[in-house]
Amino acid sequence: MNAVLIFISAAVINNFVLAYFLGICPFLGVSKKVETSINMGLATTFVMTLTAVITWLINEYILIKFNLPFLQYVTFIIAIASLVQLVEMFIRKSSPSLYRSLGIFLPLITTNCAILGLALFMALREYTFIETVAFGVGGGIGFTIAMVLMGGIREELEYADIPPALKGAPMTLLVAGMLALAFMGFAGMLSV
Amino acid sequence: MDSTVYIAVAAMGGLGLVFSSFLAIADKKFRVEEDPLVEKIIDALPGTNCGACGFAGCQQLAEKMSQKAVGINACPAGGQEVTDAIAKVLGIESVATTRQLAVVLCRGGNEEAKRTATYRGENTCTAAMLTGGEKSCLYGCLGLGECVAACSFGAMAMSDNGLPVVFYDKCVGCGACARACPNDIIEMHPEDRTLFVYCRNKEKGPVAKKACTVACIGCTLCVKECEVTGGIEMKKNLATINYELCPQDDVPTHKCPTKCILDGEEPSITKESFYASKMKDAG
Repeated sequence: MNAVLIFISAAVINNFVLAYFLGICPFLGVSKKVETSINMGLATTFVMTLTAVITWLINEYILIKFNLPFLQYVTFIIAIASLVQLVEMFIRKSSPSLYRSLGIFLPLITTNCAILGLALFMALREYTFIETVAFGVGGGIGFTIAMVLMGGIREELEYADIPPALKGAPMTLLVAGMLALAFMGFAGMLSV
Repeated sequence: MDSTVYIAVAAMGGLGLVFSSFLAIADKKFRVEEDPLVEKIIDALPGTNCGACGFAGCQQLAEKMSQKAVGINACPAGGQEVTDAIAKVLGIESVATTRQLAVVLCRGGNEEAKRTATYRGENTCTAAMLTGGEKSCLYGCLGLGECVAACSFGAMAMSDNGLPVVFYDKCVGCGACARACPNDIIEMHPEDRTLFVYCRNKEKGPVAKKACTVACIGCTLCVKECEVTGGIEMKKNLATINYELCPQDDVPTHKCPTKCILDGEEPSITKESFYASKMKDAG
């Protein structure tokens, strides 16, 4: 039951992008089209889920067991970096066109703070294994939701009559802020 | 205490080994056979990822080149040298590359253009553009050097007169300055062009004349003098050269009353000579 709540909380209420403002870089960088947004979201979800599983195992069976919690940051980063490398190889092999459209943002998932945030939150809140998986999947889905919403809005913005001073980055940031405001409406619905 | 250090080192080392061996296996499994030509072409390209070719970077251009989807002279920044090198890699005849150069189409510096305001604020042209800038002319150079900042080849500087200067010995024609200029006064032209209208002012004659001493006042003298009909046209009170029709050398440009249309007078300042004269001025 707790896992379900954690899943919903991570996906919507405490959305990594719109509530914690983690992972803003790909959120603003790759959200120009819905299609690439979805792909980026799915790639990130995949990395997040695997990260959650592997960092939980490392944290539980190595770091806590040998009393090394100060190594969390370093080991988590290593785990994330290796996973991203793996995803990159996999996407490059399976879908070259997706590989090209994600471009530099694919290797940059490594430095996506939403993923490190996920691993650190998981360790801090002492989730069980099931809860961690739910947290990872939920976080990834929440990231995808934010990406797709942003992609949809930005596709529409292409045809909108925007004052010249606000064209491009300023408008994107404004929209991001408004989306975050909208998501604040979920705040407090669950306390997980 | 000591044991913690050993355990930490062992744990990190062990994890590193596990991950790296894992990745090594994955690399073998998921290896994508890349065209070896692509890598050779990338080596031949400048590698600055300036984007002047229209692709995201040198990698993408190299891929397209290896598939023969674009010509081997598609790298505007590299020039003839790079084209020759790529031709060598691909084992085909080299083709001529026309060098593109940035041309600053405004001569209204601090001396020529009338100043009506003092701008204080964010030190970029884009920001100054919101206020209309310091000059009475709304179409000219804003003089804050956003183009100079955009140039990643060190081929531009601001002159003492407050106008950008392009060093044609350094310009590779990537067009970053043209994209950076909010007033679009910088244009990219093939290097064999010498005839330019150095003004962008679209106001009627009297207004333009008041704003700047070297403005195009829309007198249509050049239109009449041009040998080919339609070689030069007036578009919104501004003389516009139709490069496909207009002969480069037969326009009597000295007839222009404000000397804003010029032939072959694009200053061929080199980076060295520019800074040498600055040093001299400074004593």
